[in-house]
Amino acid sequence: MELTAAEKEANLWSGGQRPLNASYGKLMMWFFIVSDALTFSGFLVSYGFSRFKNIDSWPIADEVFTHFPFLHGIDAPMYYVALMTFILIFSSVTMVLAVDAGHHMNKSKVTFYMLLTIIGGAVFVGSQAWEWKNFIKGEYGALETKGGQILQFINADNGERVSIADFSISIPTERSAHKGSNGVWYKSEGTLPSYSVNEVVEGFQGNKNLVIRIEKLDTNGQKIILSRDDSLDKVENAVAVVEGANLVHNEYGNRLFADFFFFITGFHGFHVFSGVVINLIIFFNVIIGTYERRGHYEMVEKVGLYWHFVDLVWVFVFTFFYLV
Amino acid sequence: MAEDLHKLAIFRGLLKFKSNVQKIWGVLIFLSIVTTIEVVLGILKPEFLLSYFLNMKLLNWIFIILTLVKAYYIAWDFMHIRDEKGSLQGSIVLPLIILIPYLIFILVLEADYIFDVMNTGFQSWNF
Repeated sequence: MELTAAEKEANLWSGGQRPLNASYGKLMMWFFIVSDALTFSGFLVSYGFSRFKNIDSWPIADEVFTHFPFLHGIDAPMYYVALMTFILIFSSVTMVLAVDAGHHMNKSKVTFYMLLTIIGGAVFVGSQAWEWKNFIKGEYGALETKGGQILQFINADNGERVSIADFSISIPTERSAHKGSNGVWYKSEGTLPSYSVNEVVEGFQGNKNLVIRIEKLDTNGQKIILSRDDSLDKVENAVAVVEGANLVHNEYGNRLFADFFFFITGFHGFHVFSGVVINLIIFFNVIIGTYERRGHYEMVEKVGLYWHFVDLVWVFVFTFFYLV
Repeated sequence: MAEDLHKLAIFRGLLKFKSNVQKIWGVLIFLSIVTTIEVVLGILKPEFLLSYFLNMKLLNWIFIILTLVKAYYIAWDFMHIRDEKGSLQGSIVLPLIILIPYLIFILVLEADYIFDVMNTGFQSWNF
């Protein structure tokens, strides 16, 4: 029995119809996106919490992310992430073009644009891996005090950063990495830093033009550089050599910065990765004609929603990690 | 399907596109321009934007506002919220714009308080 228009209007929410004019699958994707958006905002806001809590000593992003492929030793802040942002926005555009081609039931165009989207996503994940590699490897190295503060080295003559490898002296020692194989089996340690604390400290004391830069920011937002005498006092507090960053130590400054960087960009990267995998599945389904037979390309639309959401999150991650 | 239901005007009707594909490219150009502005500002860091407004640099406020603008156009044109029914638009956007600012308010205010305690308290983090 066919309902009249008036009956349809009256029974809009009692089942069998689409009150929101969207299919079940699309609505569920929106449910997921809204809850995932809240998850990401929880992460980003907790990053904001840590940052405002340490507002006078937070690492300066421009000094942390300075690499660009094939430009060795050139200080290029921002350019690489800007490129990554463009790649992701562009792959978002090819995705929406695929959705549009799907509306016109144009199989070859959907295939082509889906392929471009997948390539863009893969390039983005690769770029992120490269960014992680540089971040983990570190550049200059630093000392860490007992309180967890990072001491970085500056050449007082020209104000430039100095790598610990440039001035550390070599002191022969028998200290070697403690492995599970040559001690109690449940105790072992990772790789030792290239230099011991003593080697760095004595090298520092021997070089009269070196001073220390601490984490605290001055009123202009620059890291405070100590005088030579203060530096010599400060270096006495050092307990560890830090090279690069991991979840426990971070040569760039506050260790929370590294933790949040790994966690949030990692979680986002995982989303991009799963997006690429889902896109691949849909891509092959398009090729073998599943949606052609089904009569509509709504699956492309659903995965498109997810893909745009990933792009949307990156816009925020980009702002809060690299710009602000 | 909804191929004829696309709303093709952006900027409150200032810019109208002939087809959905054209609108997509138009939005891409707009997003690229905004991103370029952000990157240029981030590299140059003009002196007059480094003054503080509500405890945050003017430059950072500009970044956040531009980010929200980009988010709006990604959601509205790429995710087609513009073409959805008002009730669906509301059920997607309202929970977010109610809950997220609330969370930001609570945590950032608390962070600022903790900063003050550590900054002005007897104990100092100087070791």
